[in-house]
Amino acid sequence: MPNAMLNDTSAQSAVREIQIRDALKEAMTEEMVRDERVFLVGEEVGHYNGAYKCSKGMLEQFGSKRVIDAPIAETGFAGIGIGAAMAGLRPIVEFMTFNFSLVAIDQILNTAAKSRLMSAGQLECPIVFRGAGGAAFQLGAQHANSFEHFYAYTPGLIVVAPATPYDMKGLLKSSIRNDNPVCFFESELTYGLRGPVPTEEYLVPIGKADIKREGTDVTLVTWSKNLFITLDAAAQLEKEGISAEVVDLRTLRPLDTDTLFNSVAKTHRCVVVQEQHEIASYGAFLGHLITREIFDELDAPVGLVSTLEAPMPYSKALEVVLLPSIERICQEVRAICG
Amino acid sequence: MELEHEVLTDLFAKMLRIRRFEEEAARLYTEKKIGGFLHLYIGQEAVAVGTISVLKDTDYIMTGYRCHGHYLARGGSARAGMAELMGKETGCAKGRGGSMHFFDVERRFMGGWGIVGGQVPVAAGLAFAEKYKGEDNIAVCYIGDGAINIGAFHEGLALSALWGIPAVFIIENNQYAMGTPLERTAPTDDLSIRALAYPMARETVDGHDIYAVRATMHAAAKRAREQNLPTLIEAKTYRYRGHSMADPGKYRTAADVDEWKSRDPIKVLGETMDAQGMKELRLRIENEIEEEIQDAVRFAEESPFPAPETAMDYTYA
Repeated sequence: MPNAMLNDTSAQSAVREIQIRDALKEAMTEEMVRDERVFLVGEEVGHYNGAYKCSKGMLEQFGSKRVIDAPIAETGFAGIGIGAAMAGLRPIVEFMTFNFSLVAIDQILNTAAKSRLMSAGQLECPIVFRGAGGAAFQLGAQHANSFEHFYAYTPGLIVVAPATPYDMKGLLKSSIRNDNPVCFFESELTYGLRGPVPTEEYLVPIGKADIKREGTDVTLVTWSKNLFITLDAAAQLEKEGISAEVVDLRTLRPLDTDTLFNSVAKTHRCVVVQEQHEIASYGAFLGHLITREIFDELDAPVGLVSTLEAPMPYSKALEVVLLPSIERICQEVRAICG
Repeated sequence: MELEHEVLTDLFAKMLRIRRFEEEAARLYTEKKIGGFLHLYIGQEAVAVGTISVLKDTDYIMTGYRCHGHYLARGGSARAGMAELMGKETGCAKGRGGSMHFFDVERRFMGGWGIVGGQVPVAAGLAFAEKYKGEDNIAVCYIGDGAINIGAFHEGLALSALWGIPAVFIIENNQYAMGTPLERTAPTDDLSIRALAYPMARETVDGHDIYAVRATMHAAAKRAREQNLPTLIEAKTYRYRGHSMADPGKYRTAADVDEWKSRDPIKVLGETMDAQGMKELRLRIENEIEEEIQDAVRFAEESPFPAPETAMDYTYA
């Protein structure tokens, strides 16, 4: 497990290294202490302490009124969360993984996202849907989906996909305080990842990308856990004499176009790294956007490293073939820097 | 059971107001002044009016896309309703919702929703929040007989029973899911029987009998308010028109429609008023409602459309 020393915490007085699962727990706990209206509902969040232990001890601290174990009924508890949000509460709905959010997707897309417009602002829906997204090791086709673009496609939703413990905590707190429905993507593979997190309270703003590595020859754009292979690829490329800047989007909707365009305007080359199939993907949209808005800055077409076009096979020999890899990132960069 | 004169008059007026509002809406639809879908509630008025008449002003109401009746029964403005149908800025959702998506959140009318059954867990969430906050308000959720096979209905009811949510779910069984009769969507004509599985209390009521509707709702609301126990009510009713304005309703017989119309709750209450020496009052109410509806039509027609530059307003807080 890499050590995510990626956020500049030098200005903070006290910083500890904690795992992402604890960063998430701290974010939820602090917000629940701060605001009586915040509660957590989901499968295994209470007595089991969370399927990935992100809510360890929270049932004991807050009681069963505010840390609610739900049966396996995503449409039911997502819908109840949405209704509770409309009635003035601020629910955190945990999907054990976003793979299971699809059986609640009508509630998220058709109710939560649209309630404000349909009622001309009479309804508010301040709710956070959070859980793991993307492939973990060998979970097979049905448990390896990356659906953040489904949600990022939908006006009315905010979509957050951070990578580091620092960003996870700061963005989850901002998401809970936000007055819109937020889909917050984590990863099964990084819940144990450690990184510096201040003891003092802080927020990370929604809609602000972060440059995780500076460079001059090419901009690598990514989000969520693929930040880590992208950084590894950047280190590899440096040995080859290519200086890569890494932009961690952190939020997919709204997109921080300023940070993205400024970086590409500096490097004149861009490769998007995404754990998404390429067709109709978020990365394809980014390529279109960069090409349309800052075409004159580009010295090469926008590159795209994606999951290959097949459902995820189980075998570890095959899984690695489909997923983006350090080697495929380097190949794509070499191709457009050649 | 004889209702007090005042209550009787009020129920009659509220039902007639819905009927006349929708008859005018149907006329305007044929003149193409109203777009999209228009699902009329005509025939079912006693269900919305009867149930809502026994609620507190602070109770929540949520329904499906056939929502004009519940909105008006809750006291929603006829002007704002008619303007909404015409897509005007003065509408109850400023022209953003349309016929299927009326809102009046100030009166806790939490909307008409367009995905069949989708509002069931959401309404449960409204009631969940009131219990969480320690308020004694309840939520009432209306669905059609077409909604009883979809997952959201079952999940919403299962969790309401499990978590002791103070909600009342009302199946308005108007006998047809669009053009499909109940016998082809359910193996029994007893729809409240599904409550036994969750389990929760259940009632079946003649939706044309506004006295019975009120009594049933009163008991269910009390059960929710005082004991945090949900109830599933089946109100057997009938829509006199097709599923929407696009549907001539040819899949049923005139005799069937006439049988329900012979017991029409507005007709029955009007006759009761006359029999109790209130004919003059009835005629005065009819005139007042006529004036209100015509005023609403004028208001809607004269109102401005939303400005093009506001097309994306209200997407985000």
